[in-house]
Amino acid sequence: MAKRIDVTDLNVYYGSFKAVEGVSMTVEPRSVTAFIGPSGCGKSTFLRTLNRMHEVIPGGRVEGKVMLDDQDLYASSMDPVTVRRTVGMVFQRPNPFPTMSIYDNVAAGLRLNGVKNKKTLDGIVEQSLKGANLWTEVKDRLSKPGAGLSGGQQQRLCIARAIAVQPQVLLMDEPCSALDPISTLAIEDLVNELKNDFTIVIVTHNMQQAARVSDRTAFFNLKATGEPGRLVEIDDTTRIFNNPTEQATEDYISGRFG
Amino acid sequence: MSTVTGASAADQTPGPDGRRPLQADQASTGRVGDRLFGGAATVSGVLVIVLVSLIAIFLIVQAVPALMDNSANFFTSRVWAPGGDQPAFGILEFLWTTVTASTIAMALSVPVGVAVALFLTQYAPSWMRRPAAGLVDLLAAVPSIVYGLWGLIAFAPVFKPVQSFIQDKLGWFPLFAPTGISGGTICFIGVVLAIMVLPIVTALSREVFDQTPTAHKEGALALGATQWEMIRTAVLPFGRPGVISASMLALGRALGETIAVTFLVSALADGNPWSWSLFNGGETFASKIANNASEFSNPNKTGAYIAAGLVLFVLTFVVNSIARVVIERRKAFTE
Ligand SMILES: Nc1ncnc2c1ncn2[C@@H]1O[C@H](COP(=O)(O)OP(=O)(O)OP(=O)(O)O)[C@@H](O)[C@H]1O
Ligand SMILES: [Mg+2]
Repeated sequence: MAKRIDVTDLNVYYGSFKAVEGVSMTVEPRSVTAFIGPSGCGKSTFLRTLNRMHEVIPGGRVEGKVMLDDQDLYASSMDPVTVRRTVGMVFQRPNPFPTMSIYDNVAAGLRLNGVKNKKTLDGIVEQSLKGANLWTEVKDRLSKPGAGLSGGQQQRLCIARAIAVQPQVLLMDEPCSALDPISTLAIEDLVNELKNDFTIVIVTHNMQQAARVSDRTAFFNLKATGEPGRLVEIDDTTRIFNNPTEQATEDYISGRFG
Repeated sequence: MSTVTGASAADQTPGPDGRRPLQADQASTGRVGDRLFGGAATVSGVLVIVLVSLIAIFLIVQAVPALMDNSANFFTSRVWAPGGDQPAFGILEFLWTTVTASTIAMALSVPVGVAVALFLTQYAPSWMRRPAAGLVDLLAAVPSIVYGLWGLIAFAPVFKPVQSFIQDKLGWFPLFAPTGISGGTICFIGVVLAIMVLPIVTALSREVFDQTPTAHKEGALALGATQWEMIRTAVLPFGRPGVISASMLALGRALGETIAVTFLVSALADGNPWSWSLFNGGETFASKIANNASEFSNPNKTGAYIAAGLVLFVLTFVVNSIARVVIERRKAFTE
């Protein structure tokens, strides 16, 4: 179920603006990798290239190679729709479909995949909501609008929606930044559980969070404004936070950045 | 669901000087600006309601005496002979013509308008989106007399063979039965009205589709939705209330359209047999009233036309209320 991601020498552009330059990294299956770095250094941009969501933005394009096990994500025969069914994404702001009920939100991806059988849907919806630690809170109001939940519940609903289609990889772009500490902890616990089944990449501005949830941490930075962002280093989380190789990383995590 | 009352815990706490806690909606109504604006808004709101009521009362007062003298059934008669010693008039024919022509207009313009709006917002290359949107807005502002002229001079000759073709092939079906009328049939009026209101439907639908939050669209795409599936899961549900409002506006215009219809209709001779055919002629409420404005000589005659106008008024009102109900019913899901 979980797959390895292999990125080689990736550049990302918005039109003629080069946002990210020369990123190479490997993400192991069933692990959590955290992306940290200052605002604007291209974490979200790079993350989106892992499921080709950058192509949704006008002018967004990449150079380089991204492999998912032995599949080339950017091979000309590869359909971005297929890529996104394999590599799921959770966004910074919870974005449940406002016109859909809780149930329909979770079932949305399955319905797109052509699952119609009510029994199958019921089963997967329950299993996904349990997987997102939301089941007990919503099981009595599955037909109520998803937008009626609290922010933290909405974000877990979005996670349930993403895992319902059984992706190989789950990308999370600052999933807790709009949430209170309790909901944040709930999601961190969830990430810890999900890592048994999925390969997870999570962007965060919260150092403690990166230290708590991730196995490996990647530090991104940019030399100066207007310059493209780069991967400074990626290493085991304990090493990044205790004894990083690069001075820039040390400065950033100890707050002496800039 | 977000609450927009602006209430917070602080509002419930009494102030240090012992004033009662502020209630949500009164949070800052004490300020001069708030009071001025609130007052102005209330006055305008009341004014609109008073105006509409006055119009309705005026129409009713004028119509009732004529209706009392009417010797035919106002709703089911096809005769129209108001005035005179024995006035007899009924609206059946106008009602049929108005409703069918408007239905045809809606059936054609709403799907096409929504499709064009989707194309302009979701599929069109970015260089053509703005100019095309501007063009549609411009078309929506073209006066109806222009559509009437165009319909008469340019479109009628083109549409005639289509009409005969349908009558030839599908004439066995009552709605398409041949009638011998070839010019301003109900069907032709409906199609011209459709073309007339198409830019309205398109412009307003385009506007709402364009405002679909990126977060919803990306949410769908990230689940592996194709472009069309994304439109179905994110854009259409978001735009639905807007499309309904747009259709209502368009329907209002189609129901009440006067100039273009007056220009194009083939009025029926008195005593013609009833036909279900869309290729029959006939007058709409608006065209009948406009065509006979010169006859408003005695109050009884005028009253008959006003009674007909009143039906149009009620028809529009009912249609709008239904749309409101449809929009409200799903409200919990759109906030
Ligand atoms: N849609 C876009 N069009 C053009 N440029 C963009 C777009 N989105 C981001 N950029 C640019 O790409 C660079 C990287 O942005 P990105 O959003 O990836 O940063 P980030 O590391 O995620 O920052 P943050 O931590 O604030 O989310 C920035 O210079 C930004 O201005
Ligand atoms: Mg970001």
